[in-house]
Amino acid sequence: MIEAQEMVGIEKRDLVEMVASLRSSGYRLVQICATTLADRYEMNYSFDKDLKFRNLRFTVQPGEPVPSIGLIYGNAFLYENEIHDLFGITIENMTTDFHGTLYQTRIPAPFAVQVPEPPVNVSPVPGPQEGGASADADAEEHHG
Amino acid sequence: MAKKNIIPFGPQHPVLPEPIHFDLVTEDETVVDAIPVIGYVHRGLEKLVEKKDFNEYTYVAERICGICGFMHGFGYCQTVEEVMAVEVPERAVYLRTIWAELSRINSHLLWLGVAADAMGFESLFMHSFRLRESVLDIIEATAGGRMVFGCVKIGGVRRDIEGSVLRGIIVKLQDLEPHIREITNVFLEDYSTRHRMEGVGVISKEDAYYMGMVGPMIRASGIPSDIRQIGYAAYKHIQFEPLTAQTGDCYGRCVVRVGEIFESIDLVRQLVEKTPEGPIEVKVKGTPSGEFFGRIEQPRGEVIYYVKGNGTKFLERFRVRVPTFANLPGMIHALKGSQIADVPVIILSIDPCISCTER
Repeated sequence: MIEAQEMVGIEKRDLVEMVASLRSSGYRLVQICATTLADRYEMNYSFDKDLKFRNLRFTVQPGEPVPSIGLIYGNAFLYENEIHDLFGITIENMTTDFHGTLYQTRIPAPFAVQVPEPPVNVSPVPGPQEGGASADADAEEHHG
Repeated sequence: MAKKNIIPFGPQHPVLPEPIHFDLVTEDETVVDAIPVIGYVHRGLEKLVEKKDFNEYTYVAERICGICGFMHGFGYCQTVEEVMAVEVPERAVYLRTIWAELSRINSHLLWLGVAADAMGFESLFMHSFRLRESVLDIIEATAGGRMVFGCVKIGGVRRDIEGSVLRGIIVKLQDLEPHIREITNVFLEDYSTRHRMEGVGVISKEDAYYMGMVGPMIRASGIPSDIRQIGYAAYKHIQFEPLTAQTGDCYGRCVVRVGEIFESIDLVRQLVEKTPEGPIEVKVKGTPSGEFFGRIEQPRGEVIYYVKGNGTKFLERFRVRVPTFANLPGMIHALKGSQIADVPVIILSIDPCISCTER
C-alpha cells in the first residue's frame, strides 16, 4: 500500500456542511470527480492535509442537482464545470458558470448515464370494421 | 473610474505553447479579472479507457502529455498495480524513478527556455534548449525515445539500463551541471530577468493552499508540499527535502524550479548508486477489481490518477487530475491586479500544459 486513504460515504444533503468542516480543519481540496454507474453517478470529493488523503462520496440519480462548494473552496468551479460538461450533472449555484462551454465535445455529456428509451407507442392495426375494406379496395385499385 | 475593456488573450499567442484563451478585463493597464476558456484540445482520453484493454491503455496514458508523458504512464501503471496488488521488482522501481527525475530535469529546462522567450531573452532561450538537448540524449540512450519513452508497463519496465550506462548518466549530468548553473545564474541574478519576475503575480501562502495549487507554484509560496514525501516508488530509499521560496511571485517559482534541477541531478546520483540487480518485470495475472487514487509528483506538481476496475479487462473509470488544472484557479487569482505587460510571464510561471489539462 502506497498510502492509506480514507473513504467516507455521506449523504448529499450533508455535503456542504462536511466540506465546510474540512476547510476549517485545514484540508485543501485536491479534486472532484464523477463516475458513471449503471443507473446513477458516484461523486468523489478528495481532500488532503499533511499528505493525508480523505475522500467524501455519495451517489446521485440522473437529473438530480448537486450543491456547489465553490463558496468554500475557490478552486471548485473548474471541477464542477467539468462534471457538468462531461456528465450532464447540474451543479447548483456555481461561482463561475461556463454554461456548458468549458469543453467542446461532439456528443453532449459523453459520460452521461444511458437511460433506456421508453418503448415507442405503435398504433393498433386497423380492424376489419375500421377500414379493412377500404385497404383491400386500395390494393385492388393498385393492382387493377 | 477608468473604463473597463476586455482584451482577448490567446488561444494563439506568441508566448503560448498550447491553446488557451483568456478574456482579460482591464482598467487602463491593470487586469481586474481574467476568465479562462479551454476546450481547444480536449481528446476524450478518459472515455477511451472503456474501449482499451487496461494493459494497452498504458500507451494512451503516456500520450496524455507531450513533455512528461513518461510520468503519466508511470503514474497510471503504479495505480493499476496498487489496485491489483502487484509487487513490482525493486530494480524496475528504481529505473522508473531515475526516468522520472530525468523527466523533471528535462521539463524544468524546457520551462526555463520558454520563460526566457516570454521575457524576450532569446539567447537565454537558445542556451536553455541546447542544454535540454543533452538531457534528451540521455533519455534517448536509456529509454529509446526522446519524448514518449514507451518503457513502462504494468508489472515493471520494458527496458533495462546496463550498469555502465547508469554510471555514465552520472558522469554526463556532472559535466552538464556547471553549464546549467551558468544559465540559471542569469535567471536568478540578471537585472532584466529579475525585473520581469520579482513582485509579479504574487500568491500568498494561504491563497496558494486553499486555491489547491500544487508543485513549484505552492512551494514558491512557502509551503513544502511534495507528494514524493509519501514515499512512493524509490523515493522512500533516498534523501530529499522539498525546495521552497517565500516570495510567492514569478521569481520564487523560478528559484524553486532552478533548485529542483540540481536536486534531481543529486537524486539521480543517489538512485544509480542504490539500484539493485534483479528482474525488471513481473508477470501480471488477472484483471483489476477495486479502486485507488494514485498520486505522484510531476515536474508541474501533484497529479492524481483515479482507477476503478470491475474485474474485466476494461476499466470502469480512469480519471486524471493534472497539475495545470489544479493551478488554473490560482493563476487567475494572480492575474487580477497585475499589469497587462506582465500577463505572459504570469501565465508561463505556472508552466501550463494544456494538453494535460484537457486530456
